Amino acid sequence: MNRKDFPMLENNIIYFDNAATTFKPKKVIDSINNYYSNICSNVHRGDYEISIKADKMYEDARNNVAKFINAKPEEIVFTSGTTESLNMIVNGFFDKYLDEGDEVLLTLSEHASNVLPWFKLALKKKIIIKYIELDSTLHVTLDNVLKAITPNTKVISLASITNVVGDERPIKEICEYAHQNNIFVVVDGAQSVAHKKTDVVSLDCDFLAFSAHKMCGPTGVGVLYAKKELMEVIEPTNFGGGMNESFDSINEIYLKEIPTRLEAGTPNVAGVIGFSSAIDYLTSIGMDEINIHEIKLKKYLVDKLKEIPHINIVNEECDSAIVAFNVDGIFAQDVAFYLDKYNICVRAGSHCAKILKDAIGIKNTVRISLYFYNTYEELDKIVDLLKDKEKIISEMI
Amino acid sequence: MDTITKREIILDNYSHPYNKNKDNVDSYIKVNSNNESCIDNIDLYIKIEDNMIKDIKFDGEACAISTSSTSIMIKNLIGKRINDAIKYIENFENMLNEKEYDENLLNEALVFDETYKQSSRKTCVTLPYTGIKKVLMQYKK
Repeated sequence: MNRKDFPMLENNIIYFDNAATTFKPKKVIDSINNYYSNICSNVHRGDYEISIKADKMYEDARNNVAKFINAKPEEIVFTSGTTESLNMIVNGFFDKYLDEGDEVLLTLSEHASNVLPWFKLALKKKIIIKYIELDSTLHVTLDNVLKAITPNTKVISLASITNVVGDERPIKEICEYAHQNNIFVVVDGAQSVAHKKTDVVSLDCDFLAFSAHKMCGPTGVGVLYAKKELMEVIEPTNFGGGMNESFDSINEIYLKEIPTRLEAGTPNVAGVIGFSSAIDYLTSIGMDEINIHEIKLKKYLVDKLKEIPHINIVNEECDSAIVAFNVDGIFAQDVAFYLDKYNICVRAGSHCAKILKDAIGIKNTVRISLYFYNTYEELDKIVDLLKDKEKIISEMI
Repeated sequence: MDTITKREIILDNYSHPYNKNKDNVDSYIKVNSNNESCIDNIDLYIKIEDNMIKDIKFDGEACAISTSSTSIMIKNLIGKRINDAIKYIENFENMLNEKEYDENLLNEALVFDETYKQSSRKTCVTLPYTGIKKVLMQYKK
């Protein structure tokens, strides 16, 4: 779909690493160029025409992002990406909220960004990290969530779609049960918001983090969503320009309202404008259409790979457009190097989910992650290249 | 050396890596070698006596190029005095970095003489060297 919109696709490469980052349509690139070429100025100043314009575009972007996930604009804080958003949630909210002995529920298939901030907080606050058990198909079931909850559980933090297994979690049901028990739910949306419609009101999650670059937007921009009443009490982790109202002495610092209070320093204005353009672009295609197309591609790929005896798919039952596999007896990175010789980009490794090996017993995999601009012809090409194991061995070095 | 011979030597060292075990390494110095850009991760075990490398073993997960590079490095370094080992490594690195080098000192390591053309593979070839250099530099006189 829409391949002509992407300059990167003119470079004769097959790109299957969309869970890492996605290509940018010309429209997004143009919007960033337009900011730097025609309205380059700081925001929140407004003393002259271009600054007023830049400020309006920046706040319009906030409205656009809010609308995209059915939130209110004051519930959207721009960050540098999912990682920073999750760190702000953990350090700006839960550091204050949690006490010694409180329990945080994660899973073994979380990305490092949803594990390490909690590990650090656990050391600092003596809170306890526990894991929701994955079922035999590596899914999180509501039953297993209920089993993991104890009277001390205060927060469940998990990805809505994971980046290696690609399983989708029942976030709405988890939120419903969690809230009945006064448990907060933090959602890592890095792999989901880009691929399917997200409605924070319907999900009822308390916090959501995601990145622009995984959804056709620029790198270095992300979103921290929090319900308004929770956003109000997030402590800024950064202090400085743009976020204060006035200050006279150490005891007299007055901060701005949310969300500006949580965006210290000059924001990534160009990035935010590009992000807004990416949202317009995705909306014009339709998130449902994107999702349907990707799942069809994924199913086609899995069916083809299953016919190859030396290929072991780790996540055959996954719900998203991610396929993780290994070629019998060949190190994942050697498979990636082999495919690179044919200009095919795949990822090899643990994909930042370093505790997942405890659940699946496999440390490294080759990962194909699709987006709407991938085609059946591209899938045929990679399947063809993977069919002949002798060819892989002789050409991988 | 022609391409087919190089490929055979690399694959042979990958399929049958020299000293890939950690048997009886209690008295050995252990050093880890990994790099940021790839997923290779190996432990090297080195036995040094009387200023000489008596033995090296290794263990871990690594791609074909890293594994064969480690295997070849071990074969070439065992029996060398520390200073000669460092000279060997410098000479090998000169080859990778397109500087002048003495090919008579490299034996099988010559299979990597064209690795400089593939930047992604250069980190694989140098993987074991980053670890062993840390140890040898401490013993250097």
